[in-house]
Amino acid sequence: MTDITTTPVDRARASELGPFARFLKATELDVRMLGMLAALAIIWVGLHFLSGGLFLTPRNLWNLSVQSASVAIMATGMVLVIVTRNIDLSVGSILGFSGMVMGVMQAQWLPQYLGIPLGSHWLWIIALCSGLIVGTAIGALQGYVIAYMGVPAFIVTLGGLLIWRGGAWWLTSGQTVAPMDETYRLMGGGPEGSIGATWSWIVAVIACLGVIWLLRSARTQRKRFHFPLRPVWAEVFLGAVACLVILGAVLVANSYGWPIGIVRRYAQENGITLPEGGLFIAHGIAIPVLMAVAVGIVMTFLTRRTRFGRYVFAIGGNPEAAALAGIATRWVTMKIFMLMGLLAAIGAAISSARLNASTNALGTLDELLVIAAAVIGGTSLAGGAGTVLGAMLGALLMQSLQSGMVLLGIDTPLQNIIVGFVLVLAVWLDTMYRKRV
Amino acid sequence: MVPLAPTTEVPLVEMRDISIAFGGIRAVDDASIDLYPGEVVALLGHNGAGKSTLIKILSGAYKRDSGAILVNGAEVAINSPRDAKQYGIETIYQTLALADNVDAAANLFLGRELMTSWGTLDDVAMEAEARKVMGRLNPRFQRFKDPVARLSGGQRQSVAIARAILFNARILIMDEPTAALGPQETAQVGELVKQLKSEGIGIFLISHDIHDVFDLADRVCVMKNGQVVGTAKTTDVTQDEVLGMIILGKCPPGAIPGPGAMKAAA
Repeated sequence: MTDITTTPVDRARASELGPFARFLKATELDVRMLGMLAALAIIWVGLHFLSGGLFLTPRNLWNLSVQSASVAIMATGMVLVIVTRNIDLSVGSILGFSGMVMGVMQAQWLPQYLGIPLGSHWLWIIALCSGLIVGTAIGALQGYVIAYMGVPAFIVTLGGLLIWRGGAWWLTSGQTVAPMDETYRLMGGGPEGSIGATWSWIVAVIACLGVIWLLRSARTQRKRFHFPLRPVWAEVFLGAVACLVILGAVLVANSYGWPIGIVRRYAQENGITLPEGGLFIAHGIAIPVLMAVAVGIVMTFLTRRTRFGRYVFAIGGNPEAAALAGIATRWVTMKIFMLMGLLAAIGAAISSARLNASTNALGTLDELLVIAAAVIGGTSLAGGAGTVLGAMLGALLMQSLQSGMVLLGIDTPLQNIIVGFVLVLAVWLDTMYRKRV
Repeated sequence: MVPLAPTTEVPLVEMRDISIAFGGIRAVDDASIDLYPGEVVALLGHNGAGKSTLIKILSGAYKRDSGAILVNGAEVAINSPRDAKQYGIETIYQTLALADNVDAAANLFLGRELMTSWGTLDDVAMEAEARKVMGRLNPRFQRFKDPVARLSGGQRQSVAIARAILFNARILIMDEPTAALGPQETAQVGELVKQLKSEGIGIFLISHDIHDVFDLADRVCVMKNGQVVGTAKTTDVTQDEVLGMIILGKCPPGAIPGPGAMKAAA
């Protein structure tokens, strides 16, 4: 029905906008996201000065990126879980269990029972796949109980937290499994688990071209239907900022060289004589970080461009309305938990590869970090709102705080106190912000 | 006033002897109702009389325990909202049933999204369609980017109505369509009902407002305690008689009595 009041109000508001608000309107940027980026910048600069210039170094930033990867990957799935007003407390335990499955497979079962020789490629391929399948199956089981049997997600996943942690212990009677397959270990980062300077630049250029292509195709689409367009300067600005961020990140990754010992060994193995002043071999982007970025892109695509994603948000906004619109809400819920299980298994691959071992403590308390990352990243516990990018930034923010405090030499108990405090503070700020909008 | 001769034509939709019980309470008990093309049938009754439940069975939200639903004379299986929509039955719920956190276009196409040839959501095409249909209903509406939670009551109502008529509904169910609206918006809904009626769409109208009903409806059907008290052309009964049906279950001479009519009028 015609609403006489709102349209003139909108118009009046548009003419009263200040320069910053006009900028936001033109670029269609999210204020929340900008706020988070600002918080991240403040934390980074603050830690940099407090630590006497140790934080914003290529070495620390590179390590930060690798440390954030696993939690960031899981946080993208937690967004969907929380958006549909559910919770998953079992992700840390699923990580532990599927990590243990991958470890035991490649270190014991496959070589012993199937006679696959150590060093064979099948080892890591089969181990990885079975871990991913196990994670997805656990998610499917829990999702089924939640969606079709009607047990609250909190309870099901609380049970899962105990069950899968115990299962991880039970698989090897508590023994740690090591070492991991050499190829498998690449997923953990480190000098070998990075793609080097040249490939990093290639990835960066492809990413920049991708950004430009996305902006262009969105614009031509809108033109085709004669929709209002963003001003050209705003498009150019967005594209330029995105490209600069990509190139900057790669520049940082490429400025972090291999440690001297590893360079020396590498030179010996390849018959290179070390030049005077040492040889600089850049890490480039770490493989776990590439995996996290890939997961982020796929998950963003899933939430924004597919039916599944649309239904997830519709269910979160109004479950009854979604059901009345003919959406199979239970099946969607089950799929969300399957996806969460799969992502936890990917996290398990990265964590166990990085540790070069599977322990039954792998991923302990990760569920809390993952939930905190999603919530700090703007996922509303009331359901219906949240973004994949926000959750990944949330994971980065949490990890920045933690590794920053390690750099500062703060005691572990105090670290936990601060992290807990920041979580509550972030959600409080978000609540205040939402009330005002 | 009623241009049709219902007896000679096949009803658009017919619900026969429908019953449903929730935990021993018979919310709808042996109710029968029909609707012809271009006709508006008003369902009246107190809260809890069973009218919303009956209509939710037609829209697929509830599964009936017994009874049959016929569309154009042929029996159909309606077990979910999706089934109902396949037969051109669209519903505007009292609660509007909008997904509050997505925009108008996403709501219009919820469950029936337009896809690109790549199998992804075609948001641009959906927005284009949304602009077309909203332009017809509410030409001033511009907030296509906002989640519907941010819209005013009237705007939300127009989104819900747009969703119902977007897919060429043949049978439209309107559950208290004007409950949340001001007088001007209510008048507009009335205009819309008349327009849709002239296009041959059959409309079930659930309402508390007996004046509305006499303005818009061709027939009324009154329910009480889950049973149909009676059905009558609005030209054959007075407003007081209809009130008597609602309150006492007393069927006047101008109406065809149903199973719920008060027995042996004293």
